[in-house]
Amino acid sequence: MPTVISLEHLFMKFGERKILQDINFSVEEGEFIAILGPNGAGKSTLLKLLLGLYKPSSGKIFILGKEPRRGNSDIGYAPQHRMLEADLAIRARDVVGFGLDGNKWGIALPSKQRTQKIERVLREVGIFHIADMPVGKLSGGQQQLLLIAQALLTDPKILLLDEPLSNIDIAHGQKVISLLTKISRERKITILLVTHDINPLLSVVSRVVYLVHGQCVSGKPEEVITSEKLSRLYGTSIEVIKTKGRLFVIGEEAS
Amino acid sequence: MWALLHYSFIQNALLSSAFVAIVAAFAGYFLLIRRLTFAGHAISHIGFAGAAGAVWLGFDPVFGLLLFTILGGIGIGIWGNVLRERDVTIGIFLTLALSLGILFLFLYQGYAEQAYSILFGTILGINTQDVFITALLSIIVCGLLLVLFRPLLFASFDADVAEARGVPVRFLSIMLLLIIAVTVSLSVQVVGVLLIFTLLVGPVAGAMRLTQNPVVTILIAMVLGIFYSWTGILFAALTNLPVSFFIATLSFGVYLLIRMRELLI
Repeated sequence: MPTVISLEHLFMKFGERKILQDINFSVEEGEFIAILGPNGAGKSTLLKLLLGLYKPSSGKIFILGKEPRRGNSDIGYAPQHRMLEADLAIRARDVVGFGLDGNKWGIALPSKQRTQKIERVLREVGIFHIADMPVGKLSGGQQQLLLIAQALLTDPKILLLDEPLSNIDIAHGQKVISLLTKISRERKITILLVTHDINPLLSVVSRVVYLVHGQCVSGKPEEVITSEKLSRLYGTSIEVIKTKGRLFVIGEEAS
Repeated sequence: MWALLHYSFIQNALLSSAFVAIVAAFAGYFLLIRRLTFAGHAISHIGFAGAAGAVWLGFDPVFGLLLFTILGGIGIGIWGNVLRERDVTIGIFLTLALSLGILFLFLYQGYAEQAYSILFGTILGINTQDVFITALLSIIVCGLLLVLFRPLLFASFDADVAEARGVPVRFLSIMLLLIIAVTVSLSVQVVGVLLIFTLLVGPVAGAMRLTQNPVVTILIAMVLGIFYSWTGILFAALTNLPVSFFIATLSFGVYLLIRMRELLI
């Protein structure tokens, strides 16, 4: 499989704050990768670097063979989700429409083709029935699916998702995960997903990238999420407990 | 009542207020969805200082109004994103602007009429040239908003994704505040500085509760704005009471009806 993303000796600083230090990893086409790590580890920053929203302090990033740039329609992005305000007067189909041509000047003239494209994605994601609802009235899970639908409209080759499983309940979380698995298989899309809980994703991800204090290890979940590897990464004693097919990292937030 | 329509000052007022209502509804929509209404309020008060300053120095208040609102708009556009406590910062500038306005009016030893018209509007006193300028500026602003429409809506809804898709988010927020500045300057002649919200926010607030389609919302808001202004002007001409009172009361009344209808359904 060809490499679609590669990071070489990537450093990122905001002023004096070192966010990422010497990050190296590469991603192959069609992989489903979870980016893990405690709060403030630089997970969202990593996604923003891939999107070209930040410039790295040093090091190289290649995404689909080129340096990251804004407006690359080969990359779909859904940011960390916040609940929308209940009286936000805009319809679900308008939000998805942004994904298609929101960056173009002028007014979107109604056309059959445009409507079809929007409705096809809404069906694919399973939220066609709420197309004309105001987005503020949708549940957290529905809003998350909406953002994924929006990110899919340009037929991207890579999907970057920031915490798509936070703020939604377990049932909706499962729905999002099975949808993503289906999308990655059917569309052959590479998915990078930021999360703080690997358990619901253990059976579906091909690899994890574990970020701590700006440094990372990557590999298969059972290889990376071990007491030994994480203790070395955190620089303190970390214990990983495996029970009933789930992994629990003890001592993580305390460090 | 129809006899009123033959007077040229009534014709000017109706024509001019229609243009203003259309622009105010269009720009006001973005003000509302971006939660920038307080900034709009502040810009109108900054405009008051400019207008009062121009009166004091012997210029046409419109020039002072435009200059100050545009500078204020750019200022809020540039620093608004950086400053976290945006409301507090805007509030402090707003009071400074008001106090400057009061100072200029104090220094100006002429008629109080000028100050009164800045605060409450002079729609029944405008001439054909004013109508022409209003029409021209309205068309320019509407044209700009049409060009910026999609990316502006995208950036208003989700600035992060819009930026990742290559939308010039920062440029758009400064452009929007510039547009608001010109819109405020135009609206001041109809309803004055103090009641700017009746045209900028009132019609959109009502329309937003009737539909979720952005384009339809804006169109309804334009119709409501024209309805409030025209009814207000005709009532004022008949009763000799202030225009802005009628416009504001209508705007409030319709909004109240819409909210009450929601409670009944």
